[in-house]
Amino acid sequence: MITLLLIFFPLVAALMLLLVKGEQVKKIALGAAIVEFAISMFAVFQFQKNADTQFELNYAWIKSMGINFHVGMDGISLLLVILTTFLVPIIILTSFNKQYKNPSAFYSLILAMQFALIGVFVSLDGFLFYIFWELALIPIYFICLLWGGDDRARITFKFFVYTLAGSLLMLAGLIYLYQFTPNHTFDIKALYAAGQSLDVVHQGYVFWAMFMAFAIKMPVFPFHTWQPDTYTTAPTQGTMLLSGIMLKMGTYGVIRWLLPIAPLGVEHYAHLAITLAVIGILYASTIAIVQKDFKRLIAYSSIAHVGLIAAGILAGNVQGVQGSMIQMLSHGVNVVGLFFIVDLIQTRTNTRDLHSLGGIRNVNPQFAVLFLIVLLGSVALPLTNGFIGEFLLLNGVYQYSAWMAAFAGISVILGAVYMLRSYQSIMLGETNALTSSFAPLTGNEKAVLVIICAAIIAFGVFPKPLLDIVEPSVIKLVDGFNLAIGK
Amino acid sequence: MKALILLSSLGVIALLAEIFSFKKLVYPLVIIGLITTLIFNAFDWGTDITYFNMMRYDDFAVAFSTVLIGVSILWFVMADGFFKEESNMTDYFSLVIFSLAGAVIMVSYSNMAMLFLGIEILSIPMYVLAGSKKDDVLSNEAGFKYLIMGAFATGFLLFGIALIYGATASFDIVEIAQVVSTGAASTIFYVGLLLMLVGLSFKVSAVPFHFWAPDVYQGAPTPVTAYMATIVKTAAFAAFLRLFYTCFQGSAGTWTSIVVVMAGLTLLVGNITAVLQTSTKRMLAYSSIAHAGYMLLGLVALNGYSQSSILMYTLAYSVGSITSFGVLGYVAKARGGDSIDSFNGLAKTNPFLAFVMTVALLSLAGIPPTAGFFAKYYIFTAAFQAGHAWLVLVAILASLIGVYYYFKIIIAMYFKHNNNESAIELSFNHKLLFVITVLLTIALGLMPDFVIGLL
Repeated sequence: MITLLLIFFPLVAALMLLLVKGEQVKKIALGAAIVEFAISMFAVFQFQKNADTQFELNYAWIKSMGINFHVGMDGISLLLVILTTFLVPIIILTSFNKQYKNPSAFYSLILAMQFALIGVFVSLDGFLFYIFWELALIPIYFICLLWGGDDRARITFKFFVYTLAGSLLMLAGLIYLYQFTPNHTFDIKALYAAGQSLDVVHQGYVFWAMFMAFAIKMPVFPFHTWQPDTYTTAPTQGTMLLSGIMLKMGTYGVIRWLLPIAPLGVEHYAHLAITLAVIGILYASTIAIVQKDFKRLIAYSSIAHVGLIAAGILAGNVQGVQGSMIQMLSHGVNVVGLFFIVDLIQTRTNTRDLHSLGGIRNVNPQFAVLFLIVLLGSVALPLTNGFIGEFLLLNGVYQYSAWMAAFAGISVILGAVYMLRSYQSIMLGETNALTSSFAPLTGNEKAVLVIICAAIIAFGVFPKPLLDIVEPSVIKLVDGFNLAIGK
Repeated sequence: MKALILLSSLGVIALLAEIFSFKKLVYPLVIIGLITTLIFNAFDWGTDITYFNMMRYDDFAVAFSTVLIGVSILWFVMADGFFKEESNMTDYFSLVIFSLAGAVIMVSYSNMAMLFLGIEILSIPMYVLAGSKKDDVLSNEAGFKYLIMGAFATGFLLFGIALIYGATASFDIVEIAQVVSTGAASTIFYVGLLLMLVGLSFKVSAVPFHFWAPDVYQGAPTPVTAYMATIVKTAAFAAFLRLFYTCFQGSAGTWTSIVVVMAGLTLLVGNITAVLQTSTKRMLAYSSIAHAGYMLLGLVALNGYSQSSILMYTLAYSVGSITSFGVLGYVAKARGGDSIDSFNGLAKTNPFLAFVMTVALLSLAGIPPTAGFFAKYYIFTAAFQAGHAWLVLVAILASLIGVYYYFKIIIAMYFKHNNNESAIELSFNHKLLFVITVLLTIALGLMPDFVIGLL
């Protein structure tokens, strides 16, 4: 029942919001998101810390095609559900000082997005997964199209077509697998069996069909060209949804669907895919170093981070997958914090240009401390959340190939370079005309940053509760993968 | 059979309205008559009676008749303005209803002669209706072009029927199928088959026999275009499928490769040309050609999915088309043109209309959770199961191109600005119609079992 509640509560809330007029819509949206978070916390306490799929529900949906409404959560799903329910209220809270035109539609779309995202993370039926996967695209498309910045029509459309192209390939892959399922069903177990029954060549086809969808969503080099423009043009909340949660649809897809369905395909092409991911890490980090626009810089840093996550997953060992799970969580929290900081700076100074900023620390030391904590989390300093994930990921990649790990490791250094450099040019130095009147943080803004910083430190110091949730599932998954490739 | 009898009498009643001057009553009478027909048609379900070896009311016929009659009710609600404006409206009513009767024959024939009669009964009223705007050059062109091309296609079809009769000594599709399955078919038979294929491809506007469609669709009055895009297309596809699925399945080896190539071409040409259009109506015309390409996928599949996938597709496509042509009619009238720019800023002035159009376009583009998505998915599965993986990949590419032009309208509605700030007034009937079509689009997308479970 709790899974159903988790999926459909945001949808009901989104529809109700459409009826509300005026300013209180923000508060209702926030209230709904907090209730959703409470529901997910309830699920966490009910959760048995083992590898089983729990809270499972299975209803017949389209009988003649063997399609079921099959949902449930194991540790991997639950962790991403927590991420979603934790971030959405924060994302809504970040918009409290903003005046968007037509607010009821805006918040309704955010909650509709949450509905689709949760659906993606709990689906245990290929068709259902695909429906939610596509459904997530529609709200975010309209959020970006209606409330985005300049040239948004072209950019959001590019984003839409790119991701849809990937999705359609995944659909082709699913239809292909469907043929080989014993009783013609889309059930996840049947799809696993169907995929594993194929030989390496055909698993390779399935691998590419599905990997394209996930790679575009993440995005992995060279499918990333939609990302910097879209992140930069989207409204802040849209960017947060895209980078904080939606990106994880891609990485989650690789873990939940790609590894078990096409293990031989993954093993066969992992080298190529990891190479692409590592190229992406280096490439995006290098570009981030020379960015002047702070928002764009973070967009590129996100490509670098997700590249490492992808490499860790495809390495196919426990450390890599475990690290990717933790890094997904950390990256989600950190990147939302960073984009919020961009937004704070932009609304106060009307610029995101690193060179025209400076000396904000002198005006607002409180902001400087909070920014620094988020930044340190993002560059993976020990005792912050970023460290554990990055460490495990590099460890996982190292087990796969020392060379890859060496190159990917450079990204940690490069990450420190561009993050610290941007901190330097924004916060340190002389205060100038733009930054001298940097207004103090309002209560809401402080609340958001404090929550994010608390999460960064708490998770960095004491990650055990979250690790315990996910570990058994990851071990089971990797064992299954190793068994399938005969290791 | 009940449907056919009721429809024919309804057409006659509409004609009598002129003589006995109850013109005002015709519209409600027709709607009530069609609803009655829909109900009585449902009683034929599962009976499977063959009449005089000419018509066979099996489940296929009943299911497609239901779609045809149901969509025509939606069409009549959408097209009410078309009948009000004209002085000789009763003629139009009877023409449309007779053509609907022709459509019902086309989905229930079991004899080549009835197929031919059905096509003619369907087409001749359409020739008249396409040219019904007498003082409009484009409408005249449309009527004339449609007539010439239609006659040409009919020629092919008739010639094909004649040759097949020559080869098999029968008009009955079951008997022909028996001859085919014994392998006794001669060269003449195959020539006849190809000629029939050409004739039917004309009717469903598959590439390379599609040249008439854009001009006719653009020139004809918008409601007539909607009728051609929905009812005529559904009937033509059902006839196509019935013939090739029952009658010519035995010789599938000879013609599937031709249809595969045609389907691929139709998908690509239809979608790519639609991208280049500035007139919405012409764009929808090309999109209608493209949709014929998707439906051909169901035809070449020739497996257990074929019938239900084409049923689902025609239904989803018809509902989407009725909605989009309905909204287009409003916009073209209020903004004085059917270019894509006339949709600019519609979301601001008419949020409801823009939402309705968005749902319809998402369905036509095949985005979940709409009916169009499931229909596409289902037809892809059908083709995939039959081993046409490459064709499915082409279709996927084509639907990606399709997104491009459908979204042009969505972007225009939600993103572009328009100086004309006045909202468009909607009549109550149309509001109701749009609510129903939106609900249908989503319901069919979420619960397609009701439709695909039928056949």
